Order: sequence, then C-alpha cells, then structure tokens
Amino acid sequence: MQARTGSIATTTRHPLGLPPFARVVEDHGPALLRFCAARVGHERSEDCFQETMLAALRAYRDVHDPSAIRTWLFSIAARKAIDAHRASARLHQPTDDIEAIPVGEDPAVRDEALWDDVRSLPDKQGRAVTLRYRADLTYAEIAQVMETSEPAARRNVFEGLKRLRKDTDHART
Amino acid sequence: MPERDLKQVEAVLSGRPAPDPAAWRRVRAELASRAGAEGLVDVAFERHDSPLGSILIGATHEGLVRIGLPTEDEDEVLAELARRISVRVLGAPRGSVTEARRQLDEYFDGRRTSFALPLDWQLTRGFRRDVLRATAQIPYGRTASYREVATQAGRPAAVRAAGSALATNPLPIVVPCHRVLRTGGAIGSYRGGAEAKARLLDLEHSA
Repeated sequence: MQARTGSIATTTRHPLGLPPFARVVEDHGPALLRFCAARVGHERSEDCFQETMLAALRAYRDVHDPSAIRTWLFSIAARKAIDAHRASARLHQPTDDIEAIPVGEDPAVRDEALWDDVRSLPDKQGRAVTLRYRADLTYAEIAQVMETSEPAARRNVFEGLKRLRKDTDHART
Repeated sequence: MPERDLKQVEAVLSGRPAPDPAAWRRVRAELASRAGAEGLVDVAFERHDSPLGSILIGATHEGLVRIGLPTEDEDEVLAELARRISVRVLGAPRGSVTEARRQLDEYFDGRRTSFALPLDWQLTRGFRRDVLRATAQIPYGRTASYREVATQAGRPAAVRAAGSALATNPLPIVVPCHRVLRTGGAIGSYRGGAEAKARLLDLEHSA
C-alpha cells in the first residue's frame, strides 16, 4: 500500500487532506484491537482500544501527514498498552505458570499461550514482535513507532522470536 | 533440548484471529458514544433506510448539514465533510439526526408536509444559499420553475446559476429542490436521479 510510507514529522499538507475519522476507524480499528489484545490480553483489550482511539481523535486535527496515520495510531496503542501494564502490574504477573498451560491440543489455546509468552518478553521485543505479526507493520514502520532504527527494529523482532522458540520448547517438554 | 522451528513460531504469530463482526460493531458503537459524550465529534452521521434507498444524514452541533442520497458515493460524501467542515467525522448518535430520521419516516409515510429541524447552511454560500432558502419556501405538493426561484433569490436572469445551486443542494428532501421543475413542467435533473425526483413528487401529490 503506497499510502503507508512517509514520516510523521512532515509538515506539508497532503493535497487530499486527512480522511474523515470514520474512515480511519474502519481501516485501522480491527488491527489496533488485535494489537491491544496481543499486548494486554483479551479482558483489557477493549479498554486499551478505546483509550487509543479517543486519544487519536483528540489529536487527529493536528496530524500533518495522512500517509503516517497507521504508524501514528500504533505508537499511541503501544503507549496505552504500557499504561495498562503499569496500572495492573501487580495483577498481571509475568507468566510463571507457563507449564500449566495445556498446549498442543486446541490450536486456539496453544496460540493464546504463545501470545502470553509474547507478553512476558522484554518490552521492546514484545512490542516489536506484536507490531510485526499482529499489526503487520514493515520493519521501517516498526522503527517509526518505536522511535528506533530499522536494524534495531529487525533485531528486536529476531531476538524476540529466538526467545519465544525457547519458551515454546520449554512449555512443551 | 530440541528447539522448535523458527518458522513454526512465526506461523502461529502470523495467524489472524477471525474477526468477530458482532464484537467489532459493539466496540465501534462504544467508541462513537464515548467520543460523542466527550464532544469530539464535529460531524455525526447515521445511515437511514428510506423508500429511495439508504440515505446518509450528517449533523454538526448547529444542526443538519448534509443529506446524502442513495445515488451518491458515501465515501465521497464523508470525504467532502472532512475537507469542508472537520476531519472529526464519525458515525455517532446525535439528537438532531435521530429527529431527522423520525421526520423523514413520517414524510415518506405521507404523514408530514414540512420539516421542523435545525439546519446548518455552511456547505452553501452567497447566491446559492439564497436560492436554496427560496426553495425551502415552496410548499408541500407545489412546484416552481428555475426562473421563479432565481427571481425569489433576487437575480431573475440567473436561471443557470439557480440550476447549479439546486444541483449541489447539501440538504435534499428537507430543502425541497425536487419541487423545482423546468419551465413548462419538464422534470429536470436531480442529484438523486430523475427517478427519485419523480417519486418524491408523486408522493406529495397523492398524499
């Protein structure tokens, strides 16, 4: 999709202007909701999504570059997910109970278990993996969202995957 | 310890959970109501089923600002609202839209001959607005010619300009541009199609 390149810092107005916010919700909402679910778990995903979209709507008129909307939205969602984690750090222990999860039978349960593992990765790796696989962002876009370089984004995803591979084995043996 | 294939980890991570349309609609409706309650929606719109087809009704805080007829492309109507009024356009509940839907239903049932709704005229200016205000005075069941509305608007010779004002009426049905015909009674054109225009005139004559 061509409209997904460009940088947030650009100050020139796009000749076509910003799309109506309703369009933004339809185009990016489902992916943002999936991203929130992957980062904070299903029970709190809708809160995370609503906080993200309301923050986006409050600031939407000041967006300068329509082609950067997607990465801008995921930056907000990533921050809201961190807020949600801080708010309930005591409730949501990193998964010590990984061996108790019945993996290998129901694919949905197995997948959910893997996403639990993603949530217990170091923050940068977990975010990068989620942006790559849940939000389908390119490495360049992940770099924008995480305010880092493209090689660093790539490395975070790769390190995250490596660790997940070990965790998965651990859970299955 | 045997390590899992990186490809398998990636495959599971890449799996898209099937989107649940009912859940998505609920989440979207909640967003709309929270955004509305916070005053973040400059143009709220709803779709309304009518005998002509699905009509889009948009309102600012001032009042009704745009009615999109079924022949119009909805994305274009919303893009126009974003460009000309505010990008904070959202499908969200608003009292004036609910009231417009109720009055439109009564109109299409033949139980209402005039609309009592707050209108926001900001999508039309100058002579065009004068023409539309003159058009709004044509009573139910009656018609006028393009020349007559041009005259009412203060420029009898500007028949063609009156025609383009009517062709770009942002509030069709409520501002009854369908009641303006060619001199001699030919039906003329209509943003919603000549067929829709004939249908509205039939409705008003038989009610």
